[in-house]
Amino acid sequence: MITFTVNGSSHAFDGDPNMPLLWYLRDEADLTGTKFGCGIAMCGACTVHIDGRPVRSCLTPVASVDGRSVETIETAENHPIGKLVQQAWVEGQVPQCGYCQSGQIMSAVALLKTKPSPTDDDIDAAMSGNICRCATYPRIRAAIHSAAEKLAYEA
Amino acid sequence: MKRNSTRHEPHDGFVGLSRRQFLGGMGAALTLAVSLKSGIANAASLASEAAADAFAPNAFIRIDEAGKVTVVSSYLEMGQGTFTGLATLAAEELDVPMRDVSVVGSPADLRYANPILEAVFGRPVQGTGGSTAMAGAWNQMREAAATARQMLVNAAARRWQVEPASLSVTDGVVVHEASGQRIAYRDLLADAAELPVPENVQLKSPDDFRLIGAEQGTPRVDVPAKTNGSAIFTQDKKLPGMLVAVIAHPPKLWGKVQSVDSSQAEAIPGVVAVVEVPGDDKIQGGVAVLAHNTWVARQGRGALKITWDDSQALTVGSEAILSAFRDLAEQPGIVAEARGTLLDDAPEGGTVIEAVYEQPYLAHSAMEPMNCLVDLQGDRCDIYNGEQWHTGDQSAAAEILGFETEQVSIHQLYAGGSFGRRANARSDYVREAVTLARTARDQGIEAPIKLVWMREDDMRATQYRPLTVQKSRMVLDDAGKLLSWHWRIVGQSFMEMPEGAVDDSLVEGAKEMDYDVPNLRVEQHNPTTFPVPVVWLRSVGHTHTAFVGETQIDEAARATGQDPYQFRRSMLGNNPRALAVLDLVAEKSNWDTPLPEGENGERRHRGMALRTSFGTVVAHVAEVTLHTDGSYVVDRVVTAIDCGVAINPDVIRAQMEGGFGFGLSFLRQGIVFEAGSVVQSNFNDYPVMRMNATPQFDVHIVPSSNAPSGVGEPGVPPAAPAVANALAAMTGHAYHSLPLGGSVATS
Amino acid sequence: MKFRKLAGGAVAIVVIVAVAFVAYRLLKPEGPEPTPPIAGAAQDLPDDMSRGEYLTKAADCAACHTEKGGTPFAGGRPFQLPFGTIYATNLTPDEETGIGKWSDEAFVAAVREGVGSEGHLYPAMPYTSYTGMSRDDILAIKAYLESLPPVNQPTPENSLSFPFNQRWGMAFWNLAFFDETRFTPDSDQSDAWNRGAYLAGPLGHCGECHTPRNIGFAMQSHDYLAGTEVQGWKAYNTTSDSLYGIGSWSDDQLRGYLSRGHAPGRSSASGPMAEVVEYSLQHLTDGDIDALIAYLRSVEPEQGDRNVTVNVTPAAVEASNAVLPGDDAPVEDPHGRRLFEGDCAGCHQWNGIGRQTEYASLGGSSSVNDPTGTALIQVLLRGTSIEIDGVTQRMPGFGGVYSDTDIAAVANYVLAHFGDKEGTVTADEVAERRAGPAH
Ligand code: FES
Ligand code: FES
Repeated sequence: MITFTVNGSSHAFDGDPNMPLLWYLRDEADLTGTKFGCGIAMCGACTVHIDGRPVRSCLTPVASVDGRSVETIETAENHPIGKLVQQAWVEGQVPQCGYCQSGQIMSAVALLKTKPSPTDDDIDAAMSGNICRCATYPRIRAAIHSAAEKLAYEA
Repeated sequence: MKRNSTRHEPHDGFVGLSRRQFLGGMGAALTLAVSLKSGIANAASLASEAAADAFAPNAFIRIDEAGKVTVVSSYLEMGQGTFTGLATLAAEELDVPMRDVSVVGSPADLRYANPILEAVFGRPVQGTGGSTAMAGAWNQMREAAATARQMLVNAAARRWQVEPASLSVTDGVVVHEASGQRIAYRDLLADAAELPVPENVQLKSPDDFRLIGAEQGTPRVDVPAKTNGSAIFTQDKKLPGMLVAVIAHPPKLWGKVQSVDSSQAEAIPGVVAVVEVPGDDKIQGGVAVLAHNTWVARQGRGALKITWDDSQALTVGSEAILSAFRDLAEQPGIVAEARGTLLDDAPEGGTVIEAVYEQPYLAHSAMEPMNCLVDLQGDRCDIYNGEQWHTGDQSAAAEILGFETEQVSIHQLYAGGSFGRRANARSDYVREAVTLARTARDQGIEAPIKLVWMREDDMRATQYRPLTVQKSRMVLDDAGKLLSWHWRIVGQSFMEMPEGAVDDSLVEGAKEMDYDVPNLRVEQHNPTTFPVPVVWLRSVGHTHTAFVGETQIDEAARATGQDPYQFRRSMLGNNPRALAVLDLVAEKSNWDTPLPEGENGERRHRGMALRTSFGTVVAHVAEVTLHTDGSYVVDRVVTAIDCGVAINPDVIRAQMEGGFGFGLSFLRQGIVFEAGSVVQSNFNDYPVMRMNATPQFDVHIVPSSNAPSGVGEPGVPPAAPAVANALAAMTGHAYHSLPLGGSVATS
Repeated sequence: MKFRKLAGGAVAIVVIVAVAFVAYRLLKPEGPEPTPPIAGAAQDLPDDMSRGEYLTKAADCAACHTEKGGTPFAGGRPFQLPFGTIYATNLTPDEETGIGKWSDEAFVAAVREGVGSEGHLYPAMPYTSYTGMSRDDILAIKAYLESLPPVNQPTPENSLSFPFNQRWGMAFWNLAFFDETRFTPDSDQSDAWNRGAYLAGPLGHCGECHTPRNIGFAMQSHDYLAGTEVQGWKAYNTTSDSLYGIGSWSDDQLRGYLSRGHAPGRSSASGPMAEVVEYSLQHLTDGDIDALIAYLRSVEPEQGDRNVTVNVTPAAVEASNAVLPGDDAPVEDPHGRRLFEGDCAGCHQWNGIGRQTEYASLGGSSSVNDPTGTALIQVLLRGTSIEIDGVTQRMPGFGGVYSDTDIAAVANYVLAHFGDKEGTVTADEVAERRAGPAH
């Protein structure tokens, strides 16, 4: 039995330990905010946090999160940075089709947790793994900067 | 469609749009669905959501008892802000705040059909495409909302026994200035529902617009749900007991299942069933594995042992197709446009520029791979889908099931991108899902089934932007004036065509080009020899004609020592709209001032391209840095656009940014067939633009009072040629084939 | 005249030496048959595996005798050698195209002496190593192969250029280079060590890839396991040299690498080595892995071509974290870095730890420390995969869209960032590798 927490509540799973976390979240835990895009860790749509670090859940076996804590887009707003990022996303009118945005936001939150005032190079380094087919990138960049400014202001 | 004599706009949104333009792949809705005449009685039956509404004056506007407005969209929201545009138009005319307006997708219903599509297909069709949603809704949605407003005002007037003209509305509250009486819409709904639908309603004067054209735009209605994970796409939709199906498609296109050993798949815990989906002339079919969990279904698929019968399969590769097309490019084709007399040779001192251009098949590769949920119960079929081709898919489903169309309901969900892929004349993936559901039911499986394609399936069993070979020949005189242009385009038709007919979409942008060329001949070949399924991709024929036309113009300018901007200008004398856009982009990009040198031997240069598509003119100027190793980046893009009235400038800017990014990817993408199979599989071999390749944007919108035209597609066509022109200016090479790749030869 | 005499003398000496050598080769005893516990299956052989199956795995027959995507052991896999292409044969018991009609004698001769049904085999078949195996072990392998379902699959004709297509030529090659001797245990060493030597030599034939070959395409015995290039990939130095070999690897690292293809803090097996682990090593028992380690630790340190010294704590990596590269990370090639940040960082991370799987870790790996980037180019071009315990770890290839310039740029960036090495990869070299064997 694999046990872990997702968004603060405890989960137990005794199916195929090699099932990627993505499919556990989406199909077993009904948390469909985390998206499937490529299945080979090349698009970032499935990004969640494990113990605070961003990972691509499409290649992360459920077994590897045993005893760990998973956070998804559904509770991003419970964290101050997550909330700021989501606000910046709305203010900057970032999404188009919206399908990639859960992953974008989770990556952006991880970036700001790592570095509260990132440069453009930092944004390239941390966000280039997340594909947006609608190419909302300029707005993602602007929203990250704006969240960072608010973060600095609040600190 | 009923026309209102009192409206301010001189024509409805479709004037000036050709038949072809809504055939175009995407963007937004084709037209408003139903005439206002259908009125209250019909509207109530259109959507089940209507039951709770107190007031439904027509098919598009509903107001509930709390005074909240619901706009019914017959168009798909796939990212272009269509829902928001519709909500803006409705809120404007209703005089309600945006926060009180929400949008729902309409069901598939022929009463939402598009009269223009009907003319094209010879039968009514409801669908989304051609960047025409706002153009189409411009009058119709405003009329629908103004009608509702008028009925509510009339109800207040009757209650207070005053003239309707003496009343005004602010934020959903009707006010009688003289007496100071006020009443909210929500308190007038029952009265208003009793009143007759007014014959003539007055639309607002543009001077009174609060929301339309507001610089910051109205915030998008779909954005909050798309930032917290709550927006439901087809991939996310669940029904009780639902099974997920992952399908094994034939490795060679159009191969068929000969035999399948599913014992190992069925032995995987969680696999519920294995269903063979017969392929036909529209779908690939294959063998589907059903499970409650997508991963389990996918594992099941991996364990299938299938023997394929390739006797009907495509056997050739892109090379064979290209070579056949190259031959055709040398032979006269069907004439799509001819004016003047072509010149064989250049006059004394003149120049001939001739080249053959090759562009590959392209996959849409929307972020959400194709999928479709089918719930087949007795004599009903419910389909949940990011639906871009409502009634087409509905009748395809009905045909497969032997149903009347009324027995098939389509529930529209958000689409995670589409770029034209979800509007398919063959209804391919919907057919596959329905065929699967029917076959499963025949096997005794009574459950809703969601067919999901993995990324590789989406890349490989998809339908492609056609591969083209184009031969283009320009003749210029000694002063560098373009005298004659002969352009031959070889590619599969976007749609099935009668033998010898011109496929306008294949030659769009060449046929009625922006420039004034005295002697022009555009020909096409649309061979049917190779059964690769093709379909429109965001901006359709412009995806391939813009690259050829706009890069050859630069090549001609270089060859004759002209500035590419001035050369274009000289040919736009009869096209003031395009000229204004070109001048604006040149001015805003400082075209006449060279870019500062790069560091460490890097070269920097601008490139421009212009294209009118779907009634909208767009010009991009790309600032490109070429590194010494041949790699390049686009640093900045300046865009000018004329799309008529700018309903939502912020959405327009977003579509220019996104459209450029989409078009930029053409420089690196290509779908290649080898012996009947697609080589590419995922984003490792079909790259898309990423954050670190994204330029800065500077978008300028030409002020206009013309009826609005679309913005979803027109940003795409000039993107790749603008960048290629900048590169060519630095390297001296003309680029005739795509993809270029991530780096080019530097000398 | 004097010179002529001298030359004539030299020729005479060469001839005499050669004759003596041949005579020695022909007359030299092959030695006694190796016996358990040194030969044979593992002492801790699991119940569900037959002796023959285990030995077949330990000798890694499947890797070569299975075509990509084909039926195991049915042959057909091409091997591109400098002098042409040869195909692995069908080992299933099909009477017409497989080994169905082979006698025990014929099978043993093929494995130990390189004499097949059509004459001499080419030394792509590692009979030069297999010759050390015991007859019992070979017959156990044969019995296992005979238990498989027969597959009728003719082996494609080899396409070798003259004179290499003359099988009789191999007889001379054998005379010169083939030392037909059974494995002889070293009585000074423990049984475990000897078992390890038997596994690494006659069965696992490590030396066939990891030992540089001489001009006659024979292993250079004095450089045993010192590392070389094979099939366009790098077989690294696996001698006990602490700088260039595996001398400084911990037992855990060696165990991880051999039994699941990943050494924590060191390399992950890729390309041909990934196949070796997948088909062969992961199936070895714990006891046999320990024996192998005991033996490898004792292999004479050699410096080989010296070009791979592993820096396990490069500055740029130390300064990076999972999300961002260190501020002071040198960005000499912005193009390489751009490609990395888009397509690679999602798995490998800036600190090279590997995000979703340990197999994606780069820190301490030989590939990112080899300035020639030999393996790196291959992995970038073609990707790599390894299936361990039924789970596939895969890196996709980028050769489909990356130009030669792109590959060179990203390879050099990775060498700089993760190995602190100045990479020497050029676009031309990538072009050559692209055209060369896939492995
Ligand atoms: S779905 Fe996981 S990275 Fe694309
Ligand atoms: S918003 Fe559509 S993929 Fe990012």
